[in-house]
Amino acid sequence: MRFTLRIWRQDSRDSDGRLGEYVVDDVLPDMSFLEMLDVLNERLATDGEQPVAFDHDCREGICGMCGMMIDGIAHGPQRETTTCQLYMRHFDEGRPITIEPWRAKPFPVVRDLVVDRSAFDRIIESGGYISAPTGSAPDAHAVQVRKRDADRAFEAAACIGCGACVATCPNGSGMLFTAAKATHLGSLPQGQPERLGRAENMLETHDELGFGGCTNTGECTVVCPVGIPLETIARFNRDVLKASFRDTAAS
Amino acid sequence: MPLYTEGEPIADGKAPDGPIARRWEQRRFAARLLSPNNKRKRTVIVVGTGLAGGSAAATLGELGYRVSSFCYQDSPRRAHSIAAQGGINAAKNYAGDGDSVHRLFHDTIKGGDFRARESNVHRLAEISTQIIDQCVAQGVPFAREYGGLLDTRSFGGAQVSRTFYARGQTGQQLLLGAYQALARQIAARTVTMHPRTEMLDLVVIDGRARGVVVRDLVSGKISTHLADAVVLATGGYGNAFYLSTNAKGCNTTAIWRAHRRGALFANPCFTQIHPTCIPVSGEHQSKLTLMSESLRNDGRVWVPQARGDTRPPAQIPEAERDYYLERIYPSFGNLVPRDIASRAAKNVCDEGRGVGPGGRGVYLDFADAIERLGAAAVKAKYGNLFEMYERITNEDPYQVPMRIYPAVHYTMGGLWVDYDLRSTIPGLFVIGEANFSDHGANRLGASALMQGLADGYFVLPSTIGDYLADCPADTVADGHPDAVKAAGEVREHIDRLLSVGGDRTADSFHRELGGILWEHCGMERDAAGLRTAIDQISALRGEFWRDLRVPGTGAELNQSLERAGRVADFLELAELMCVDALHREESCGGHFRAEHQTEDGEALRDDENFDYVAAWEFTGTGNSPVLHREHLQFHEVRPSRRSYQ
Amino acid sequence: MAASGAILLLYVVVHMLSNLKIFISPANIDAYAVWLRRLFDGLLEYEGFVWIVRVVLLAAVLLHATAAYQLARRARAARPVGYQRRPKVQAGYAVRTMRWGGVILAFFVVYHVLDLTTGDVNPHGVHGEVYRNVVASFQRWYIALFYALAACSLGLHIRHGLWSALQSLGAMTAARQRAARLTALGVSIAITAGFLSVPFAVVTGILK
Ligand SMILES: Cc1cc2nc3c(=O)[nH]c(=O)nc-3n(C[C@H](O)[C@H](O)[C@H](O)COP(=O)(O)OP(=O)(O)OC[C@H]3O[C@@H](n4cnc5c(N)ncnc54)[C@H](O)[C@@H]3O)c2cc1C
Ligand code: HEM
Ligand code: HEM
Ligand code: SF4
Ligand code: F3S
Ligand code: FES
Repeated sequence: MRFTLRIWRQDSRDSDGRLGEYVVDDVLPDMSFLEMLDVLNERLATDGEQPVAFDHDCREGICGMCGMMIDGIAHGPQRETTTCQLYMRHFDEGRPITIEPWRAKPFPVVRDLVVDRSAFDRIIESGGYISAPTGSAPDAHAVQVRKRDADRAFEAAACIGCGACVATCPNGSGMLFTAAKATHLGSLPQGQPERLGRAENMLETHDELGFGGCTNTGECTVVCPVGIPLETIARFNRDVLKASFRDTAAS
Repeated sequence: MPLYTEGEPIADGKAPDGPIARRWEQRRFAARLLSPNNKRKRTVIVVGTGLAGGSAAATLGELGYRVSSFCYQDSPRRAHSIAAQGGINAAKNYAGDGDSVHRLFHDTIKGGDFRARESNVHRLAEISTQIIDQCVAQGVPFAREYGGLLDTRSFGGAQVSRTFYARGQTGQQLLLGAYQALARQIAARTVTMHPRTEMLDLVVIDGRARGVVVRDLVSGKISTHLADAVVLATGGYGNAFYLSTNAKGCNTTAIWRAHRRGALFANPCFTQIHPTCIPVSGEHQSKLTLMSESLRNDGRVWVPQARGDTRPPAQIPEAERDYYLERIYPSFGNLVPRDIASRAAKNVCDEGRGVGPGGRGVYLDFADAIERLGAAAVKAKYGNLFEMYERITNEDPYQVPMRIYPAVHYTMGGLWVDYDLRSTIPGLFVIGEANFSDHGANRLGASALMQGLADGYFVLPSTIGDYLADCPADTVADGHPDAVKAAGEVREHIDRLLSVGGDRTADSFHRELGGILWEHCGMERDAAGLRTAIDQISALRGEFWRDLRVPGTGAELNQSLERAGRVADFLELAELMCVDALHREESCGGHFRAEHQTEDGEALRDDENFDYVAAWEFTGTGNSPVLHREHLQFHEVRPSRRSYQ
Repeated sequence: MAASGAILLLYVVVHMLSNLKIFISPANIDAYAVWLRRLFDGLLEYEGFVWIVRVVLLAAVLLHATAAYQLARRARAARPVGYQRRPKVQAGYAVRTMRWGGVILAFFVVYHVLDLTTGDVNPHGVHGEVYRNVVASFQRWYIALFYALAACSLGLHIRHGLWSALQSLGAMTAARQRAARLTALGVSIAITAGFLSVPFAVVTGILK
C-alpha cells in the first residue's frame, strides 16, 4: 500500500508549525499506524532529514503515551482504539491522511506531534488520590466492596490518561479525564472521606490550568479509547454540587 | 583474550542468620533509624517511576526524606509496569486452598530453579500480604466476587489460587495506586518530579554514589543532580532483543552506566521468554504483544499431530490434535512455568508442527472453555485480551483458536544487590526488575509486580535509613570535580553519537542485534552459537561507531539520539549476556543449554559447579569481564530436579 | 447556567400553555391578559405582577447570556490554535447550535416584544386586544414563518439544554441517561409544537 501523509511539523513550543506532505510506500495492511510512521522516519533519518517526533511507549494501548489527531479524529477512525493499536488495514489508500497533534492550551506542542500533558499530573496532585500512608493499611478483607461499586470504580479507573478527550472536546475541556479519576476513587468505600473535597479541588485545578468548561457535548466519550461513559461526568458534577452545598452549610 | 577472568567471591553480608521466618524482622530491628529531623536533611534520588520506583519515592517522601524522582516518559504514570496484565501474587490464602507464606516461598525458590537466595525470597513471600492490604487501601480496584471479597486466580508454577488481579490491567491499576501516592507527595513537596528526563550516568564521589547526570529530553540540557543516596528502579533490559513485550523505551542505560562505574551485574543471561505472545507478522514488527498468562487457566494449547498439517484448526479432528502440555506434564498441564511452556512450543515448531505463517505458532484454544462456561463468562474474564488479539491479528478468538508464540518478556538478571538492596557501590540501591534479587533463573508469573512493590513500599524504605544514618553528612556541590567530569563524559558521548556521520539508523543496528541474540542467546543456547554471537556483536558494535547516523542536534527533542544512546549500551550489555550464558555450563530456568539436557529434553542443572550467582565486573568495553561468585545455600528447600510432570 | 436556564424554561412552558387559550376563544385569551395584569393588584399596582416577572426574566436572560459568553470565551482560550482538518463533530446538530441558537432567540424576543407586547411593530397594535394583535401579525406569511423558525430553534436549544441540565444534576447511570435524553426530547417537541400551533392556525385560516 502507498499513502500520502500530511503531518504537522513544528520544531519547538514557540516556533510556527505547518503541514508537511510525505509519501510512504511499502505499507502493509498488518502494520500498525505507528509502524507506518516508523517506516517514514527510517527513510527520513537515512536521508538526513529530521524524523517526525511522536510519543509512544507500550504500543499496546495501555500507557496512554501515544495519541494524534488522524483526519481530525482523536486516535483515528476506529472506536475504542489507541493510535498504537490502529492498523493500516482500516485505511483507504486513495485519500491523504492528515496527522496533527492534540491541540489545547494546557497541552502545548513540544515538537511535531508531541505535546506536554503534564497538566493532567497537576490535576491528580490536587487531590486524585486516597491518603493511605504505607504500612498503615488494615487487612484487605476488612472492608468489603459491593461488586457493583468495584466494577464502577474499575470502569472509571481504566482511563489511560491519553488526553484524547481534551483534544476532541469542542470546549477543550478535560472533564472526562478529571471525572474518571474522581469517580474511580469516589466509588469505593476507601475513597469516601476525601470524596467531596477531592472533586472540588480537582475541578478547581482543572479550571485554573486553562481547560475549557464542559457543556455536555459528549464527544469525548466517542473517542475515548477505553470507553469511559458520559455518566462519569454526571457523577462528578453531582459531587461538585454537593461539595458546594456542604461548604455553604459549613460557613 | 580469555572470555573472562576469575575474581574474589562475594557474599551477602546483610541477611541475618537464624530462623528464616525471623530474618527480616531481625534485620529491620538492627537497622539504624533517623530522627524525623535528620530525615528532612537527607536527600535521595530515585530513577524510575514504575511499581518499584514509584512506590519507593512515595514512601520515602512520606517518611520525610527529600526525594528527586526521574523518568523518561512524560508522566510517571506511564512507566512500563503499566502494561502488566495478569496479576500479583500474595500468600493471603483467601481461597482457603492451603496457601501460606511458606508455600509461596517454596514455589518461588523452585520456580527459580534454585538460583535465588532463600532469605530474599522468604522476605518477599512475607511482605506479599501487606502489599495487597496497602493497595486496597489506596483504592486499587481488584476484581471482587459477588460477596464483595477479593477474587483470585491461578498462575503458572502454582497449584493454589493466589493471584490477585484487576481484569487484564493489573499492572495499570497497581501503578496508578503508586502514582497517586507519589502525586500526593509531589503536592506535599517532599518529592520533586522530573519527567522526560533520562539518566545517562552515575556520579560516584569518594567511592560513594552521590548523584546522576541526566539529559532533559525536551531541551537537551545536560545537568547533574546530587544527593546522599541513589536508587535505580529503571526496569529490565529485555529490549536488548529488539523484539520483546517491553515498552519501546525500556532500556539498560541506567544500570549499564552504573555497571561501568563499578556496580556488579548479576546473571545477565537469565532472561525469560514468555510462552503466550502474538506471533511475529513481518519484518516491520516493532514490538511483540503479550497475551496474559492467565489465559492458560482456561485455554488449551495444541498443535496438529502431523507435520505440515495446514488445514484450518476447525477441520482438524480431536484425535489428530496434540495437546502437548497436557500430555507431557499431566499434573500441571497448561499451567507449567513459563520457561517450560516456551521451550515446549519451540520444540513442536522445530518438529515442523507449528501453525500460522512461517510455522512459528501454536494454538491456544478456548472452544472447551466457551462450551463449559459460556461465551459470556469467557468474555467477562478475558474480553479485553480477546479484543486486543482481534485488533492486531484481525481474527476472532471466539471463533478461531488464538495463535501464540514465545517472546522475550522479562530479565531475571540485573545489578547485584545484597539483602538491603544495596549494590556494590555504597549509596547505590537497586530495586524492581533492575536488580537480580528474587527470581533466580526463572520468574513465576505475577511475581514481578509483587517484588517491585515489596522493594519499593517496604524493603528499601526500611534499609536505606541504615545507610543514611551512617554515611557522611557532607553536602557535595554541583561543582564538585567528579560531578563535572561525569557530565563532561556524557556530553562527549552524545557528541560522539552525533558525529559518526554514517548512514544507518540506530534502529537498524538494534534490529540486527536483536536477531543475533534471539538466534543464539534465546530459548536455547549452545557453546558454538554463543561464540558466534560474541564475535558478531563485537563486529556490529564496531560498525555502529563507524556507520551510525543520528540526524539533528543534542540541544533539542531528538528521539533518534535517545535511541542511539540506548542501542550503544545494549551493544555492550549483549556481549556480557552471551559471555554469562557461555560460562554457565548447565541448564537452569530460562537458561537452557542444548548440551545440558536429560534424555527427555528437560533442563539439566549442575548444582555441584554452578549453584552460584555470577556477578560480573566491568573492565572496559571489549575487555574480558571479571567473574565474582556468590555461592547460594539452601537450608529450607532441598534443591531437587524441578519436575512439573 | 442551569438556574437561569431553568427559569427561562419554566417561563417558556407557562407561556406556551397560555398561548393555547387562543384556541378556546378570542375573549378567553384577552381576558387572560387582563387577569394577569390584575393578579395580586390588591397588593401591587396594576401590572405589578407582570413587572416582577419581567424583571426576573430579564435578570435570567442576562445571567444566562453572561454564563454562555464566559463558556465560549473559555473554550476559545482553551484551544488557541485550531485543527487544520476537522470533520463535523460527532455530536448532534442541537449541540452545535447552542450558542448561535441562543443569540437568535434573544433577537427574536426583542422583535416579539415590540410586536405583541408594546405593539410598536404590530399592524393592529391595540393594547389588550391580544387575539387581534396575534392574528394580524401572523397574517403576514413571512412573520408567521419567522415565528415558526424561532419556535424550532427554541426546541433545539431546549433539547440539548435540558438534557445537559439533567445530566449535570445527576443522570448518573446509563438507564437514567437514556431517560434524561427522552425527557429532553419530549419536552422540546411539546414546546415547539405548542408554539408552532398558533402561527400554523392563523396561516391555515383556523384562526382569523
Ligand atoms: C507485557 C508485560 C506483562 C507483564 N505482566 C506481568 C504480570 O501480570 N505480573 C507480574 O508480576 N509481572 C508482569 N510483568 C513484569 C512486570 O511488569 C515488570 O517486571 C515490572 O513492572 C517492572 O517494574 P519496575 O518498577 O522494576 O520497572 P518499570 O516499570 O519498567 O519502570 C522503569 C522506570 O524507569 C524509568 N527509566 C528507565 N530508564 C531510565 C533512564 N535511563 N533514565 C530515567 N528513567 C529511566 C522509566 O521511565 C520507568 O519509569 C509483565 C511485563 C510485561 C512486559
Ligand atoms: C441570549 C440568548 C441565549 C444564549 C446565548 C444561550 C446559550 C446557552 C448556552 C451556551 C447554554 C449551555 C448549553 C450547554 O450546556 O451545552 C444554554 C443552556 C440553556 N438554555 Fe440558553 N441561551 C440563550 C437563551 C435561552 C432562552 C431564551 C431560553 C429559554 C427557554 C434558554 C434555555 C436554556 C436552558 C433550559 C438551558 C440548559 C441549562 C444548562 O445547561 O444547565 N436559553 N443556553
Ligand atoms: C410562536 C408563538 C408565540 C405567540 C403566539 C406568542 C404570543 C405572545 C403574546 C400575545 C404576548 C403578549 C402578552 C401580553 O402582552 O399580554 C407575548 C409576550 C412575550 N412572549 Fe411570546 N409568543 C410566542 C412565542 C414566544 C417565544 C418562543 C418566546 C421566547 C423564547 C416568547 C417570549 C415572550 C416574552 C419574553 C414576552 C413578553 C412578556 C412581557 O414582558 O409581558 N414568546 N407573547
Ligand atoms: S478519559 Fe478516555 S480519552 Fe480521556 S484521558 Fe482518559 S482514556 Fe484518554
Ligand atoms: S466533549 Fe467536552 S463538553 Fe463535556 S461532555 Fe465531553 S468534555
Ligand atoms: S503507546 Fe502506549 S497506549 Fe499507545
